[in-house]
Amino acid sequence: MTQDTFFEMRKVNKVYRMGDEDAHVLKDIDLSVDEGEYLSVLGPSGSGKSTLMNIIGCLDVATSGEYVLRGRLIEDLTEGELARIRSREIGFIFQNSQLLPRLTAQKNVELPLVYAGVPPRERRRRAKEMLDRVGLSERRDHYPNQLSGGQQQRVAIARALVGNPSILLADEPTGALDQKTGRQVMELFGELSREGRTIIMITHDMNIAAYARRVVHIIDGELQEGGDTSDA
Amino acid sequence: MLRRFFGTFAMLKECVAMSLSNIRGNRMRSFLTVLGIMIGVTAVIALITTVSGVSDSLSSSFSSMGAGTLTVSVTGSDLKSGMTDTDLDELAGLDIVDGITPTVSLSARVSRGGSYETGISVSGNSAYYFQTNEGVVERGRAINVVDTANTSFVCLISQEMVDTFFYGVDPIGEELYIDGVPFLVVGLFSDEESESIASIFSGGNDILVPYTTALKMNNENVVTSFTIYLTDGVDSEAAADVIEAEMDVMFSYEDDCFTVTTLSSVENTMEEMLSMMTALLAGIASIALLVGGIGIMNMMLTSVTERTTEIGLKKALGALPWQIQAQFLIESFLLSVIGGLAGVVAGLLLSFGLCQMMGTEFALNPGAIALGVGFSAAVGIIFGWAPARKASRLNPIDALRSF
Repeated sequence: MTQDTFFEMRKVNKVYRMGDEDAHVLKDIDLSVDEGEYLSVLGPSGSGKSTLMNIIGCLDVATSGEYVLRGRLIEDLTEGELARIRSREIGFIFQNSQLLPRLTAQKNVELPLVYAGVPPRERRRRAKEMLDRVGLSERRDHYPNQLSGGQQQRVAIARALVGNPSILLADEPTGALDQKTGRQVMELFGELSREGRTIIMITHDMNIAAYARRVVHIIDGELQEGGDTSDA
Repeated sequence: MLRRFFGTFAMLKECVAMSLSNIRGNRMRSFLTVLGIMIGVTAVIALITTVSGVSDSLSSSFSSMGAGTLTVSVTGSDLKSGMTDTDLDELAGLDIVDGITPTVSLSARVSRGGSYETGISVSGNSAYYFQTNEGVVERGRAINVVDTANTSFVCLISQEMVDTFFYGVDPIGEELYIDGVPFLVVGLFSDEESESIASIFSGGNDILVPYTTALKMNNENVVTSFTIYLTDGVDSEAAADVIEAEMDVMFSYEDDCFTVTTLSSVENTMEEMLSMMTALLAGIASIALLVGGIGIMNMMLTSVTERTTEIGLKKALGALPWQIQAQFLIESFLLSVIGGLAGVVAGLLLSFGLCQMMGTEFALNPGAIALGVGFSAAVGIIFGWAPARKASRLNPIDALRSF
């Protein structure tokens, strides 16, 4: 596997103004992730891990420091350019799957392609492929409220993958699932990782974090390398 | 390039589909919002269509009253207070003039035997008037040239006068006292047959006498108001110019001695007034449309707040700000166009009913329909703009935080 750097953070800080006080959420984060890496960020709630994910996902920008994604300095980009990066390179998976309730599974998966301007026929084909991939070919025309939690999360994974992003960003992907379905989702992640996709997973659950090949800890906004977990 | 165009097109199509499902999802709220626009458009369409129906029937009744007449009213100068017989004869002698009827009106006390009535309108007319309006005389004879030349005390009376003063008696050949002067009744006339414009505006006469006699009763010797009947085929505007030139000579070129009014200028004035009325009423009706627009804005703002998470999610999935804005604009646009179309239908039905009630002709007015639809679409875009912009500017982080 080629070990090109996927992104690199240098001395990234994030400060939120909360009334009169400044909340220093991220402190001098140095993090480098290579192409194809499977990294999990482990930390308790309030540790700043969601903020870190937002910055990695180009939803938010750092207060100071540098964030270079595939050779581009993110701080310099406009909102439109950031939206384009989110659309082409990043697949988001959220804790509560966040499907649009008025759209079918198929339409939910198509959504990122709609915004990327992919023609309808190709859009349908690719969304269908992705739903097949996560094992939901039969549930294409179901609405989210007709699907179980695990199925919803798999639709969300299909949606994250449909744009063929180079990185998958998952925030507590198993947070709302029972152990068994959680394990199924993790197996799917493992599969995707073996295919060479870069995955960053944010979690507070040590057991879930253990699925990743590399774990970093984040506590009170500070990052500590947790070593390589690649199989014992 | 082409691919990108189709992609954008497909995206907008998807926006329309999503908007429709959102509108359907909030059935009650959407209905009420649409209702506001609908009422505004209904009011505008009904007003415009009804008023234009009224104005059409007015102008057609005007033209049936006969173009080809001029009304002249004289204020006179210090030296000359009105038209003499010679002046009138001179005008009547013009090629373009077929004839002239002076109009001399007065209000008189009329009596016979023991009964009397005051405030009876008496009108002085020329022999020519009876020649052009043949149907006026129902029985007896008309006023002729000899009557006017001799200022004879003869009169024609209306059916109402017959009922008042000649119950059970044949009035012809009897005497009637007008302001104490005995007049011989020579005929009966029917006002309905009269096509004189003056009678339409003055509300009809009770007694007709020779104009010269009427002048005498008014202690005048000049005519200050008369109608000119033009020869067939003469343009009334051009004729008015000729008459004005002739009369300028008679009044020694003094200013403001008289006005010549053509029927078309009366008609123009009426039409101007009507269109002013239309504009005013449409203005009032469009206030309803404005209120409807505010309703749309209110609904869209609520919708943006409710769908903060959805907006954040779409942004995370790569939606550009303009795509979010387009989504919301399409929604408010669709809402108000639906209201607009419903309003057009309701407005046309309403104005059809009104036209039937007033007996005027109902005509589909494409301008009004275009105005209604265009106006509502504009309202949707204008009032949807701010909420859509607000949505497009939401920070995805803030939007997603409300998970």
